[in-house]
Amino acid sequence: MSEPLIRLESVSKSYGSGTEPAVKKLTLEVEKGEVLVLVGPSGCGKSTTLRLINRLIEPTSGKIFLNGEDVTDVDPSELRRKIGYVIQQVGLFPHRTIAENIATVPKLLGWDKDRIESRIDEMLELVSMDPETYRDRYPKELSGGQAQRVGVARALAADPDVLLMDEPFGAIDPITRDRLQNEFLRLQQELKKTIVFVTHDIDEAIKMGNRIAILREGSEIAQLDTPEAILSHPADEFVESFLGSGAILKGLTLKKVRDIDLHQVPTLTAPVSRDQALQALQDSPDQVAVLLDDKEQPTRWIDEKALNRTSQPIEKSGRPVTVNLQPEDTLQDALTSMLQSSVGMAVVTDRKGKYLGCCTIESLAKLIMSEG
Amino acid sequence: MSTISPNLSNRTPLSERLDLIVSPIFAVILGIIGTAVWLYSDIDLITEDILAPEKLQRQLGETLLLGFSSSILVILVAIPLGIVVTRKGFPRLKNFLVDTLGLAQALPAYGLIVIFFSFMGAGITTVIFALATFSLLPVLRNTIVGLEQVDKSVIDAGRGMGYTSRQILMKIELPLSVEVIIAGIRTAIVINVGMSALAFLVGGGGLGETINSGLKLDRGPAILIGAVIVAILALVFDFLSALAQKYLKPKGL
Repeated sequence: MSEPLIRLESVSKSYGSGTEPAVKKLTLEVEKGEVLVLVGPSGCGKSTTLRLINRLIEPTSGKIFLNGEDVTDVDPSELRRKIGYVIQQVGLFPHRTIAENIATVPKLLGWDKDRIESRIDEMLELVSMDPETYRDRYPKELSGGQAQRVGVARALAADPDVLLMDEPFGAIDPITRDRLQNEFLRLQQELKKTIVFVTHDIDEAIKMGNRIAILREGSEIAQLDTPEAILSHPADEFVESFLGSGAILKGLTLKKVRDIDLHQVPTLTAPVSRDQALQALQDSPDQVAVLLDDKEQPTRWIDEKALNRTSQPIEKSGRPVTVNLQPEDTLQDALTSMLQSSVGMAVVTDRKGKYLGCCTIESLAKLIMSEG
Repeated sequence: MSTISPNLSNRTPLSERLDLIVSPIFAVILGIIGTAVWLYSDIDLITEDILAPEKLQRQLGETLLLGFSSSILVILVAIPLGIVVTRKGFPRLKNFLVDTLGLAQALPAYGLIVIFFSFMGAGITTVIFALATFSLLPVLRNTIVGLEQVDKSVIDAGRGMGYTSRQILMKIELPLSVEVIIAGIRTAIVINVGMSALAFLVGGGGLGETINSGLKLDRGPAILIGAVIVAILALVFDFLSALAQKYLKPKGL
């Protein structure tokens, strides 16, 4: 195993004597390229731990290493320029344009003008914002979600290896938060940064983390493991109660539709005669068939009852297929669309909409059971 | 709908627009009154002597000098002081200063001038220092308030990205509190110009002399014209500071 990128060695932080330390003898290693989520109840010291890494807070005792180098040997401002930092309140500079905000660290590092300018556009595109439209706007003209996109772009502008994120999506409405989380995961797949991510939301932790450290009071690690392992084998009662009920349901966000053995129902490719359709349905144990159009895209659910209603052409019988799942969707999405579907199944297609198979409750259950 | 409310948010609020109109209007009204008094009241030789152009000119110069110097002095002292006491580790000094200077402002300006006179003697410097002490509080208080109202998360983000303390002050805190600080300076300037009418008491000259002569010699028009000029001066400075406030405020706020 390679040297961890960040290493905390029995680090403590206390505010004055007589009070319980905020962080008590914490030892923690963060591997290169992973997302380590610190999660715990409020006041457990997770934010303090994060801020110890870039020395916004100085440790009372213990050592912190970044890339094998003791961080206390470096000038704190210079250290922080090499570490991306994203906070819940975003903290964009209100008197600077979006472009100037993003240029903050590159400017501090003395990049030349052309390089900064092209980097600004690159970063805005990275977070899916149109440079033309947003470059010269001021932060007050942005929505909360847009502001945090810029916040992330600003943190990544100087291409730091390490990114510290303190509840970055905590103040954003649930729908936007979900979208930002997904975009962030996509970004991380590309960028492979080493990220320490603080949240109090266990669902967010499970979704975002390669590993999760569940912390209790004093930043003591209750359990540190992959989300799967924590969900299936919580270390103690504290972890269990923190996970809350429905750990299995939470685990659904970890698995993708591609992990399921797809169920094959009879398919009918239009144009098809009524008799052929009836025959196909009778030959199969399933009650329902999927009608595909000429591009192999699923259009309708056809069952015998629909076929017997002869007044309609076959392309208009049955019920329309409303939601398509794709292999990258989570099992949670799959469960939702199955429950909403009229036939208790969900159609899975590839990215172009081509039919792959169906997802059933049984196949989902089988996958969860096999995990034990 | 869109025709009824054409992007109200982008328009300057009413109070801000009034800000730049009110003082000029008052100044013009006062100017008209002053001219009317000069033209239509009974001006005898004594009044004419009090209002002699070369005297008025000198007094005007003295008033401007008093207003300027004391205001500059206040700015040079209060802003750095405000910056220092808002740094970490000075909460007690800050409260102490605000309290004591509050006391200085509670004293009548007249009393303050006399106190300074008692250990600095007569002359224009005495008045400058007395006025500066009197108007230190608004600038200091606004500097403190201005710096403290800066969003803590913006400072945290700046620090987290590697700004040094100095860069945080110069690039974040001061630009974001400029408006509030200038509002304090504006109050101080108006106080200083207005109170400079008392400078004559300790031989500091200024337009107070005209008013005083008018009072002593019972010449109503002279009193009025002297007072009108002082008031117009104060209003002009108020207007100039309002302009500064508007144009020095960073965009985007």
